[in-house]
Amino acid sequence: MADKSIALNRFGLGARPGEDPGGDPRAWLDQQLARYVAAPPVLAGQPASGTLVAAFADYRERFVQLKRAAGPPPAPPSAMAPPPMVQAGDDPVDALRRQFNQQSRDLYNGAVTARALAAIQSPAPFAERLVHFWANHFAVSGDKMEVTNLAGAFEFEAIRPHVMGSFRDMLFAVERHPAMLLFLDQAVSVGPNSPLAVRAGNRPNARRNLGLNENLAREILELHTLGVRTGYSQADVTEFARAMTGWTVAGFGRGPVAKFTGATGRQGDFVFAEAMHEPGSRTILGRQWSQQGEAQAAAVLDHLATHPATARHIATKLARHFAGDDPPPKLVARLEANFRKTGGDLPSLYRALIAAPECWTPGAVKFKSPWEWSISAMRAVGTEQLQPNAVPGLMVQLGQPVWKPGSPAGWDDVAGAWAGPDAVLRRVEAAERMAQRTRDQIDPRARAAEMFPDALSPTTAQAIARAESNSQGVALMLVAPEFLRR
Amino acid sequence: MMLHRRQLLAAGATALLVSPLGGRMALAAAPTERRFVFIIQRGAADGLGIVAPVGDPAYAGARGDLAGDFASAPRLDDMFALHPAMASTLGLYQAKQALFVHAVASPYRDRSHFDGQNVLETGGVSAYQLKDGWMNRLLRLLPAGDKAIALAATVPMALRGPVEVASYAPSSLPDASDDLLARVTAMYEGDRQLHPLWQEAMATRMLTGDLGSDGGKRAADTGTLAAKLLVAPGGARIAMIETGGWDTHSGQRGRLGNQLKGLDAMVAALKTGLGAHWDNTLVVVATEFGRTVKANGTGGTDHGTGSVAMLLGGAVQGGRVQADWPGLGDAALYEGRDLKPTTALDVLIASAVSRHFGLAPAGTAKALFPAMTMAAGMEGLVRG
Repeated sequence: MADKSIALNRFGLGARPGEDPGGDPRAWLDQQLARYVAAPPVLAGQPASGTLVAAFADYRERFVQLKRAAGPPPAPPSAMAPPPMVQAGDDPVDALRRQFNQQSRDLYNGAVTARALAAIQSPAPFAERLVHFWANHFAVSGDKMEVTNLAGAFEFEAIRPHVMGSFRDMLFAVERHPAMLLFLDQAVSVGPNSPLAVRAGNRPNARRNLGLNENLAREILELHTLGVRTGYSQADVTEFARAMTGWTVAGFGRGPVAKFTGATGRQGDFVFAEAMHEPGSRTILGRQWSQQGEAQAAAVLDHLATHPATARHIATKLARHFAGDDPPPKLVARLEANFRKTGGDLPSLYRALIAAPECWTPGAVKFKSPWEWSISAMRAVGTEQLQPNAVPGLMVQLGQPVWKPGSPAGWDDVAGAWAGPDAVLRRVEAAERMAQRTRDQIDPRARAAEMFPDALSPTTAQAIARAESNSQGVALMLVAPEFLRR
Repeated sequence: MMLHRRQLLAAGATALLVSPLGGRMALAAAPTERRFVFIIQRGAADGLGIVAPVGDPAYAGARGDLAGDFASAPRLDDMFALHPAMASTLGLYQAKQALFVHAVASPYRDRSHFDGQNVLETGGVSAYQLKDGWMNRLLRLLPAGDKAIALAATVPMALRGPVEVASYAPSSLPDASDDLLARVTAMYEGDRQLHPLWQEAMATRMLTGDLGSDGGKRAADTGTLAAKLLVAPGGARIAMIETGGWDTHSGQRGRLGNQLKGLDAMVAALKTGLGAHWDNTLVVVATEFGRTVKANGTGGTDHGTGSVAMLLGGAVQGGRVQADWPGLGDAALYEGRDLKPTTALDVLIASAVSRHFGLAPAGTAKALFPAMTMAAGMEGLVRG
């Protein structure tokens, strides 16, 4: 593959019509780091997580009230648009649930569409690719009800502002965001000897469901920072979980937790609830952590953010994303050294990738994920607008529903996860439909040459040239071997 | 005779497939009548919440609220009760077609889903030690005509390896036109990765017709679809079905009940769809590891060790729970928190599968789980 084609496809998200890296593809990529816009206009209408948390809390409160009193539904919550009319004779609980689910679907579809448009329209596609990379590294999964609405806000608020900053700042933004605190159950984790647990235990009808949840603590160590099998123990996980108690979301909890937490503040904001925090100092990774309160977990997180194992973990994942499924050890070592030298400055890592010969090998090194393939296809056909459910539906059909990887590990970044017989067949079906909508307005021969400058194979060029129509030629271009890989 | 275009396309694909395999085909024995389905429960299913040891003196105290579902659950024997959501599975148990093996675990002893699933699927003793899956290695022991299919958009690790395996999941996209498919076939001809994938896709498409149109989103539809693929002449003999959603860190009672209702419906649909073939069928249901014995602070359980595995099907010698029961008292727990595993999942699978397909037990064990030391295989799991 020629350098221009590598810059467009392996680093970028595929060429838009007329996009040309010019004579110095490396400089073109470097300039994108400055050109990147954290909050582009297309994301401007997206609701903030505070609004979404308030709406969810309202919904839950109304749900409980209705269940209790089976009366007519109260007025709609002020934070959201008025709901559709409740049908006469409906069970009010069902009606409320249906109405909330519909609102959730609309919000989710809106956020996914905004994300896709930001990627399709971006003049800095390399930077947008990095947004997707980090959102997947710190994956939340919207198939958990509390997270469905928040997954978009998580990416827009915790990932995008820090993509050109430091790993440490992104880590803190992520672990304090309501989507992450709710997804991995941190928001309701209570220290067994915390004031809250002690008070609750003294009550005559003591509730049993107050206690420690080690989910987020484990995944921070295993997935977000050090990486699996890097020497931490079960005891480290439990101790870290104890240190993290009190890190929660304001205005969300109900029941015993909300009553006593003292988690006050604007709904959806991160809050440290002293009453939930396990008192005392902790032993984690062989060190004593004698800080008190919120500072304790923050100190551990600071330590993890620049830990050598974290440097190696991040270096490996970045190298895998740009240089192939089996990342070249020398590249990993250079990125790791870079991370350790700068303390995790992200643009320095990106520049090291641009400078690395391992990222410019001529043969394709990656099989595109469904998301990468879809975005590059929509860039190729010059998509300007999207129906609200077009991208969400397409991503379900291709096997990668946006922000719903089902697991905190995110989506796999290797060909084995995506290059299946049925998966390729589905791309062919989707390509044909997408091509039909171009109404023969695109000359696929010219567009393919533009997409893959000096890198189009004779077989593909011939298949496109012999197509029975322009739109069939576009479909073939979109599923050509060059287009499925980068 | 006039052939439909799609059939022609598939016939072409088959012809291309056969040529490199010709030698193997010529020597092959007749394909087996036996059917084998592996249902993987991704996310660590709570064995104690599925087949509950209600007769264990420490059970009620250890499980607290989680024991609520078993207040009036059907008893399997003096010790165990089955989750009430699994009505069809209970019927299988009564018909001696369901065997539950409790306190099982793979050789993996840490608590990462991703590493645990890798061990369960590759058949190694540690994560990423083996590069292919035990089901793919099983295919190499069977007559060459025996094929496998994954009910998933891509082939899961257990089925990955040198033997080509198809994957199929119902798609709601409209069918692509046959002309485009033929052109894609030609375009992928020289591509070493895409050519075999595409041949598999075309061959599977031929077998399944328009099955994808009826949704298949729900578990029962998946079971029905798997059965159709397994009864088709020349179709698969081995299938793997992926299920997720077992990682119940919070609100376990409602979530696990729904999961089990889905699993129960899937198995029932498999049985119905397989018809007379059910008598020759073995279904293994297993998970990467179990969950903590005690509930956590959020009405759920955290990552643990021992769990339960199920053997279902007409070929199973069922109607009992097999367990070298370690007990739930604090002193009996693994690392003070988990159900202690007393039966090796790899021994269980190797014993059941070798008997099912009439393979030599020791050789099968060595091929599927190379590091396993099968001092004595397990007897009486499957009718020979």
